[in-house]
Amino acid sequence: MKKGLPLLIAVGVLLAALVATRLVGNRYLYFAGYVIFQYVVLATAWNILGGYTGYVNFGTAGFFALGAYTATVLILAFKAPLPVQIVAGGLVSAVLGLGIGYLTLRLRGVFFSIATLALALVLQTFVMNWEYVGGAKGVSIIRPAAFPPFASYVEFLFFVMAALAVVSAMAAWWIENSWVGRGLAAIRDNEEAAECMGVPTLRLKLLATVVSGCFMGVAGAPFPYYVTLVEPVSAFSLDYAVNSLAMPMIGGTTTWIGPIVGAILLSTAQQVATVTISSELNLLIVGIVLVAFVLLAPQGIVGLVQRLAGRRRA
Amino acid sequence: MAASLLEVRDVTKRFGGFRALNGVSLDVREGERFGLIGPNGSGKTTLINCISGALRNESGRISFRGCDVTRLPAHQRTRLGIARSFQIPKPFTSMTVLENLCIPLEYAARDVARADVVDEAMAILRRMSLEDKASLLPGRLTQVDMRRLELARAMAAKPRLLISDEAMAGLSSAEVDALLPILFALNEQGITIIMIEHIMRAVMRFSERIAVLDAGEKIAEGPPDEIVKNKDVERAYLGE
Amino acid sequence: MLSLDLLLNAIVAGILLGGFYAAVSLGISVAFGLLDIVNIAHPVFVVLGSYIAYALNSALGLDPLLTGLLGVPVFFALGVVVYRLYYASFEKTGEESLRGLVFFFGLLFIIEVALLLVYGVDYRMVEAAYIGDSLHIGSVGIALRLLVPCLVGIGMTVALYLVLSRTFWGRAIMAVSQDSQALRLMGANPVRIKTIAFGLSIATASLAGALLIVIGPVEPSIGREYIGRVFAIAVLGGMGSIGGTLAAGLILGVVETFTATYYGPSWALAVSFGILLVVLAVRPAGLFGR
Ligand SMILES: Nc1ncnc2c1ncn2[C@@H]1O[C@H](COP(=O)(O)OP(=O)(O)OP(=O)(O)O)[C@@H](O)[C@H]1O
Ligand SMILES: [Mg+2]
Repeated sequence: MKKGLPLLIAVGVLLAALVATRLVGNRYLYFAGYVIFQYVVLATAWNILGGYTGYVNFGTAGFFALGAYTATVLILAFKAPLPVQIVAGGLVSAVLGLGIGYLTLRLRGVFFSIATLALALVLQTFVMNWEYVGGAKGVSIIRPAAFPPFASYVEFLFFVMAALAVVSAMAAWWIENSWVGRGLAAIRDNEEAAECMGVPTLRLKLLATVVSGCFMGVAGAPFPYYVTLVEPVSAFSLDYAVNSLAMPMIGGTTTWIGPIVGAILLSTAQQVATVTISSELNLLIVGIVLVAFVLLAPQGIVGLVQRLAGRRRA
Repeated sequence: MAASLLEVRDVTKRFGGFRALNGVSLDVREGERFGLIGPNGSGKTTLINCISGALRNESGRISFRGCDVTRLPAHQRTRLGIARSFQIPKPFTSMTVLENLCIPLEYAARDVARADVVDEAMAILRRMSLEDKASLLPGRLTQVDMRRLELARAMAAKPRLLISDEAMAGLSSAEVDALLPILFALNEQGITIIMIEHIMRAVMRFSERIAVLDAGEKIAEGPPDEIVKNKDVERAYLGE
Repeated sequence: MLSLDLLLNAIVAGILLGGFYAAVSLGISVAFGLLDIVNIAHPVFVVLGSYIAYALNSALGLDPLLTGLLGVPVFFALGVVVYRLYYASFEKTGEESLRGLVFFFGLLFIIEVALLLVYGVDYRMVEAAYIGDSLHIGSVGIALRLLVPCLVGIGMTVALYLVLSRTFWGRAIMAVSQDSQALRLMGANPVRIKTIAFGLSIATASLAGALLIVIGPVEPSIGREYIGRVFAIAVLGGMGSIGGTLAAGLILGVVETFTATYYGPSWALAVSFGILLVVLAVRPAGLFGR
């Protein structure tokens, strides 16, 4: 039963997403839903390295944008289909993770974090100077025509992002419940002890970085068709770095469900809030909530709920 | 004479300008009970760190079962059969006591099938009288139990060579008396043991051979009765 | 064509910039290098210093360097508060690695967005007598808006060096960075010493912020450009070596200016990142580390 449940939920979410495209007429909802699922992927990806392993990645925007620009290049050069873009975006970002990880993960963990801090800015500089993808002005992308059963291409993108969210959540679930996840948890708790107890810490950390980076790239790959104008400032937006880290921290970092809870709550709130308040104020609230959670509720919402449930049972 | 299991040759370890180990050599034989003593700060833990791979020595060579392991990462040395406990306990804090043991059983222990991991962990906990605490988080353990957990976790790596770094510190003499037979029994099964201990009564009783470190150098080595009589050792402990 | 004038100008501008970079990085060298506190929010504290200098300059016409100096005790107090919070919430329980980092990231974000809300995205600048002028020595031009920050930066480095090596508290800070356990045995309270050291580290941001806005106009997110720089300098300088910080600042300043001169200003940002990665991969102890 424990094994079957996630699969059941996964299929349920996908069916619901598909049914939604048949029933819901409001186009705005697809755009909003796409963003929420995109953050589920990003938060889950961040958490595989951050929550499970204890290594903080500040460069989500860099990995995300790398996926987006890989897709952009594929569209411009070959008109490659979306699945190819997604796979390629994931691969390129995974390689980036491997490279940064290989250079910095042999040292103390903070060096990895510091390197990722500067990463997004540097990649952004490269893109700004790259004429092929439009430099700072960006480049317009034409969405392909819609195809059945989807009434519009955005509906299709919404469904694709829902599927990616399900895949990333299942990957996180598998990692968490396998020997890999137990090794990562040992690293998070005490890296020296983990290494001395036979855990190949460097290899596992690299694995986590690669998987995490891969999913961030995957989340970015459908971005060109979603926005249709790909330009550096929005692709490298600090929002991605902040949200992908705030969502797991607020939802809870030790289980696969935490980032999902955080992503749904926070991105829904932001979708609603941008309509009513300014986007800066909106971000300020995210920052304050983030700091409040790190200070006061380190286990996140999932941890709080578990504690409440435990108390009731006891 | 039995073959050398562990061979330490001229190992030197510096921290900045300070030499914590200066050309230390040791031979530990297969199946031996070996004691390592020395005053505080003499380099015992540093030597263990070099042997287990937690630290890299700048010069010198360490061989285990005839293979040079000097450049091997710690986890590979553990898989070859070197396991150690930490003097300052380093438990996996988010895992229960039982899960703490599952990590080395899953990652390091030879010939333990995945299905048997939990049974095996429970067996070790029972042996260390920790079975009641199997589902507790390490944060809830007493200092004494924490040290037991350290030793139990090292045992769970199913080592050929078990290095215990002051596992008995803070134990009452009754508790020491309870722990010694466990170590003797492990040794009976063919596990070589290096015991680092300040409790002289325990090391002297346990060890077949003892090495003494002082200020990063080995100043004596021999059977317990010789070590007790050694003038250099006396001077190292009492000062001039 | 490599013209000599261009080369000379680039070297001089690089050195001037480097002195200023040292001023921005001193706080990181103390916090990260000596105290092991990964204060990634440091550049934003510097930007906060810039805006305070801006506010007082535009309202009262005060000299930015004077406001920077006046801000030192205020920033010191701010640092004390931040460290107390950090210590009580993370360091005490040994959770600084994940949550502590996120905490500083949250601070960074809050301060940046708050500045954005108050002052908007427009660039702000200060007015002072020396800002427009420049000296000319032969064909080399030295803008005072660069020279003043460089000299102040060097002055700050020397002052911090003297504080750390000659005063009682400074020596205590150095001792804490070596071995806080030993210090506890001697009866000194490492937390108290670290509080003072962290206060000192944030205090440098007040002056550095004033320098930042003297050099050029400032907008709220400009701190991001300095994150890579300050850590590259701290690591290259050997983590906590004050003299090393100045040397590394000068090196970065010169290399960046060369890159900007010969490849275009937008590539200058990539330099610090490249240096950071290369140093971490090749010699993590830094050029001047032990
Ligand atoms: N990581 C380190 N960095 C700097 N110095 C260290 C480090 N680890 C140990 N030392 C120093 O090396 C010397 C030897 O320390 P070590 O811990 O090996 O001694 P020990 O014999 O185990 O002492 P004890 O009986 O107190 O456990 C000490 O002076 C100690 O301060
Ligand atoms: Mg010791």
